[in-house]
Amino acid sequence: MNTQSLSKVTIHFAGDSGDGIQLAGSQFTNTTALAGNDLSTFPDFPAEIRAPIGTVAGVSGFQINFGSEKIHTPGGRPDVLVAMNAAAFKKNFPNLKSGGIIVLDSAGFDKKNLRLAAYDESSTPIEDIPKDYQVYAVDITKLNREALKDLSLGSRDKDRSRNMFALGFIYFLYSRSLQTTISFLEAKFKSKPEVLEANLRALNAGYNYGDTIEAISRFKVAPAQMEKGEYRNITGNQATALGLIAAAAKSGLELFYGSYPITPASDILHELAAHKNRGVKTFQAEDEIAAVTSAIGASFGGALAVTGTSGPGMALKTEGIGLAFMLEIPMVIVNVQRGGPSTGLPTKTEQSDLLQALYGRNGEAPIPVIAANSPADCFSAAFEAARIALEHMTPVILLTDGYIANSSEPWKFPQASSLAPINPPIVKADAQYLPYKRDEREVRSWAIPGTPGLEHRLGGLEKELETGNVSYEADNHQAMVKVRDRKVRLIAKGYPAQKLIQGPPSGPLLVLGWGNTLGAIQVAVEHALEQGLAVAQLHLKYINPLPEDLGTILSAYERVLIPELNNGQLARVIRDQYLVDVEVLDKIKGQPFLAEEILEKIKSLVEND
Amino acid sequence: MTEPNSALFTAKEAASDQEVRWCPGCGDYSILKQMQSVIPGLGIKREDIVFISGIGCSSRFPYYMNTYGMHSIHGRAPAVASGLKMANPNLSVWVITGDGDGLSIGGNHLIHLLRRNVDLNVLLFNNEIYGLTKGQYSPTSEMGKRTKSSPMGSLDHPFNPLALALGADATFVARTIDRDPVHLRGVLETSNLHKGTSFIEIYQNCNVFNDGAFLSYSDKKQKGQHIILLEEGQPLVFDAGKKGIRLNGLKPEIVDLEEGFSANDLWIHDSRDATKAYILSRFFDDNFPRPFGVFYQEDRPCYEEQLIAQINHAKEIQGETDLDDLLRGKRSWTVD
Repeated sequence: MNTQSLSKVTIHFAGDSGDGIQLAGSQFTNTTALAGNDLSTFPDFPAEIRAPIGTVAGVSGFQINFGSEKIHTPGGRPDVLVAMNAAAFKKNFPNLKSGGIIVLDSAGFDKKNLRLAAYDESSTPIEDIPKDYQVYAVDITKLNREALKDLSLGSRDKDRSRNMFALGFIYFLYSRSLQTTISFLEAKFKSKPEVLEANLRALNAGYNYGDTIEAISRFKVAPAQMEKGEYRNITGNQATALGLIAAAAKSGLELFYGSYPITPASDILHELAAHKNRGVKTFQAEDEIAAVTSAIGASFGGALAVTGTSGPGMALKTEGIGLAFMLEIPMVIVNVQRGGPSTGLPTKTEQSDLLQALYGRNGEAPIPVIAANSPADCFSAAFEAARIALEHMTPVILLTDGYIANSSEPWKFPQASSLAPINPPIVKADAQYLPYKRDEREVRSWAIPGTPGLEHRLGGLEKELETGNVSYEADNHQAMVKVRDRKVRLIAKGYPAQKLIQGPPSGPLLVLGWGNTLGAIQVAVEHALEQGLAVAQLHLKYINPLPEDLGTILSAYERVLIPELNNGQLARVIRDQYLVDVEVLDKIKGQPFLAEEILEKIKSLVEND
Repeated sequence: MTEPNSALFTAKEAASDQEVRWCPGCGDYSILKQMQSVIPGLGIKREDIVFISGIGCSSRFPYYMNTYGMHSIHGRAPAVASGLKMANPNLSVWVITGDGDGLSIGGNHLIHLLRRNVDLNVLLFNNEIYGLTKGQYSPTSEMGKRTKSSPMGSLDHPFNPLALALGADATFVARTIDRDPVHLRGVLETSNLHKGTSFIEIYQNCNVFNDGAFLSYSDKKQKGQHIILLEEGQPLVFDAGKKGIRLNGLKPEIVDLEEGFSANDLWIHDSRDATKAYILSRFFDDNFPRPFGVFYQEDRPCYEEQLIAQINHAKEIQGETDLDDLLRGKRSWTVD
């Protein structure tokens, strides 16, 4: 048996949505992270909790890309496919790299499963795999039942540990330790000793199976050359939650999170609800509107108030966000974007709520918009959104999306002491308090109920300059619209200078991105540069207001390409703001970009010139 | 009840400097005046009082109180107030809403507030009409009501607000009326003492679009026969002591006290009895006099107290995680 060293591997786990694919994937991820690889993951599950068993619609997938080199994306075509049934194979085999490795449970290819996967009953998909693929067709179901035969669990319960058998086998193939998963199982099934025993045996049986079959080649992926420091693995939704908790700590405020369950944002609520011991107040509201308006109440009461949702929920919150804007109170609105419009593609990703974030309110109501670009970046984006909200007394929209929300990557987490303090303009006493008197940044001060002498009334009606009293006066309204707009535009004064991620400071092409496209663009531009194409990369975190130096950067390139997972929304904004022509690469398939899709577009633009 | 001399500020200080802009003769003036006279005596500091309203005529109320206040958006005051109370349970929070704001566009928030039992006082000004939009029928307007939006008569069956509140398991349910200042002040004071959501329906005359809707409950000549004032432990008597209500099983009956019945036969008001409260709330047609006062009250833990208790419990058993430990999580590794 030989062990081959690899610098990078992409594995795709797939099975029925009841097969425990996400669990197997996340366990492989944790083990891989602790082994020191850089990695990126992408879970992809059906919208239905239990789609019809065995069908292609019910296939749940989890992809991980890991390596001894820097990893920017969950990988394009996988090197390895783990398929627990015929449907999982049917859906994912076409994506597998030519000559790749296939691990499959042959029990999942019986007549019934073939029929459910809409194969011809006479077809023989396993036998039909071309010879250059390396196929491990293992009767996992049978071997697993054999390993658990003396346990008193029913065979259905025994079969539930098939995922651990498959995972054990993959651990063997990639020379991984079982210890992380063993500890995890021991904690998870502490109160169910028989289930624990079944899972541990299945895991070991899978590993040992790999050890006993002959002529198998194993692989080793050495630890990556990562920047020195302490790391953990984190998903985007977890990072968003931690960013908000950190911002509350750094501003000396309590965190209030009002939310209504919605895919793919609910995990933020779950994560925050688990941190009550830090004083986090979570409120599962009766609807999206109560979620945002309860946050408005909490903000008025002096909390760092946050509401989180996804596209359809944003639509419902619109009026509330307008009120927060009009009141000029701090609030963060997290939109974990998913495929739209309407209910759209709840479990799939998209970047199509950008224009909604920028413009989706009645009246003149500009709101700062920040976009996170990777799972770990959700932490700093959430922290920054909270900072701007609190220091500039405004609602801020934080855009993440289903892809980075559920994906994970190693995160070199910051020391708490390295996070800058956040200073909300709280006023404790004032002989003549004027709620809408502003400082040089046009920011008003924040008098919190309970503070003696500062009693005042706020509302959604137009206000008189400084006093905040209701005013229907014509010139006052114009002045107020202008001052609120100016206040938001002045936020850009506090941005750091925009820095190119790579490429020359001027030339034929700039690839401009925002949000989750960062990794795919980075890989594409790296390849383009390696191939001698003079392409540069810039990625936007701040979408409203746009950075003041963006126009100068854009003007240094002959062309600008914006790849986005929508029908060209940032492109419209850039054309509108800078009058530059923009090439759009759109992808509206519910899936993130593959680097090669962007590279191809880059080549078509630069080589044709 | 608190003695007037314990007032922390004066009624004059309770009023803001803003000019009140309801139509002359509007019932809202009376409610505002009673609130301004009651609130200084509740033993609550002015800075700890907050009025939250939605949209509608009644929702201008916070602008006229010299306390903290927010005039929010249509129907959402219960949710805004809930968030505020969770953020700072020390505040005395009053929700001002109307029949359109609270029962139509904001109906969902109202019922969820009541079941959660957040410690707020909800004052629902019911004038059975949309006033601010100039006279369309509301969810409490009677069927067949002719308005600009229902020229042939409204087809909507009206809500019975108190029955709705009881159905949502409200812990304090009362009714009062703008034209009876003494009763109104009494109900406001009692509601303030209740820990949990107090729901108070206030019949309020809209003299422009629905004048006289409650005349039979306020007019000196008529009201005796049409109202019952609920008093704890007292028999249900009306029409100047001439008539009463008795319970025949679960069926209420009007009895004549001048012809064979005495106070001993009558229903004794018990605001802790949920079944009786529900029967009382069904006194909603012309067959029975309309009850005023506290229909129902119960002690049930309020939402924000339990939220704080959970937080304290979590702190106790888990300790307050250091921010560094939180960021590090359970599994971290070091790259040298």
